[in-house]
Amino acid sequence: MIGVIDYRAGNAPSVGYALERLGLTHRLVATADQLDGVERIILPGVGAAQATIDSLRESGLVEPLAARVHDDRVPFLGICIGLQVLFEHSEEGDVDCLGWVPGRVRRFSDTLRVPQIGWNAVRVTRAHPVTDGLGHDAYCYFVNSFFADPADPADALGVTEYGQEFCSIVARGNVVATQFHAEKSGPVGLALLERFARWDGTC
Amino acid sequence: MLTKRLIACFDVVNGRVTKAQQFQDNIDVAPAADLAQQLYEDQIDEIVFYDIKASAEKRKIDLETVRAVAHHVFVPFTVGGGIRTIDDMYEVLKAGAEKISVDSMAVRNPDIIREGAEAFGRQCVVLSTQVKFQGIRPGLPSGYEVFIDGARLATGLDAIDWVRRGEDLGAGEIVVNSIDRDGTASGYDLDITRAVADAVNVPVIASGGAGTVEHIADGLTAGAAQAAIISSILYSPRLERNLGVRELKDALIERGVPMRPYVAG
Repeated sequence: MIGVIDYRAGNAPSVGYALERLGLTHRLVATADQLDGVERIILPGVGAAQATIDSLRESGLVEPLAARVHDDRVPFLGICIGLQVLFEHSEEGDVDCLGWVPGRVRRFSDTLRVPQIGWNAVRVTRAHPVTDGLGHDAYCYFVNSFFADPADPADALGVTEYGQEFCSIVARGNVVATQFHAEKSGPVGLALLERFARWDGTC
Repeated sequence: MLTKRLIACFDVVNGRVTKAQQFQDNIDVAPAADLAQQLYEDQIDEIVFYDIKASAEKRKIDLETVRAVAHHVFVPFTVGGGIRTIDDMYEVLKAGAEKISVDSMAVRNPDIIREGAEAFGRQCVVLSTQVKFQGIRPGLPSGYEVFIDGARLATGLDAIDWVRRGEDLGAGEIVVNSIDRDGTASGYDLDITRAVADAVNVPVIASGGAGTVEHIADGLTAGAAQAAIISSILYSPRLERNLGVRELKDALIERGVPMRPYVAG
């Protein structure tokens, strides 16, 4: 059973449809008690860092999420804003985030067309159970004005070019996260979700 | 590198995709969910869905059809038509869309753009504009006027002023839809598309008039658009020959336009 965190600014339904297509059972998680018994967790996201963090706090999900991920070692997948809020701080609204991954979230240069919207190539930098088989230069769908800058380069499992190279996949222990929308990246994204659903959280 | 996008446009009436010409005379094409599934399998980059009667009939958007399409589409999916409030937007997002397109309603109540961007992020709010060349005159410095309500009502707004305002209010993408070219397969209006792309910093989408690969390539190069909305070329019964997504992409890549390559399997 996959728990998909459901909050107002999220896009849990799209992730749910993708999991349904893959034949994977899931339930939407809007309160802490709904986290009990889930074997893995997806934090989807669209929208702003502040709105996401506020929403997680208001639902009382921050500590229970951390407990399931860090104490129970449940495999975790963050998507888009669900990647950015894992870091310590985001320039978007100057907001403190969850701090699970050392580093900051920064804005793309004003010389670029922002938001970045569209399909861009992801280059995986090392072997990992969730990205194995993704292929060289896999095209995935991005929508972002901000990007993560991990303090430890080893936390970047995938990189993408937009004006500069930025971290498009994060992997740290039982946590992985994609800046692109895996649920909206066609067969490439669905394959990644399927591998996440089989992953035991180790690498 | 970031590639250019091909976006299939669905003008939906009673759960079915239709095809208009200059915003009129819609003829039936196929059930929306079936066409969505086929285009997804053909690896279209994105789908936009307009409930074209919702506004005029003063009713809520057809959420049942939105849901049916969302079940088949694992690429970005934008929905518009009859969106008046933040709650309307939330309903559509809950049904499985990730972007909301606002058009006539945003002209009547520009604050809907700001409210939508604040609630769901600016990437969620697409400002779609219907524009028509009227000649340069006082109050219309670009010569292009914004129309609403299915191209029936002139607003007096200058297209460039309006898209700049839309961007300031929080629109994350701008669609430039040429009324004169809609459904004519005579090519996008490159002048206004390029002028809008120069005027704003968010992505710009060319719409209205694509009938050949050259038209699409022109929109994405000379027109400076980041994405091209297509429909006639894919499935208009008025055209002698329709082209598939893969055929279009291969031809665009051949012409040097960066596109997401077709993924086998």
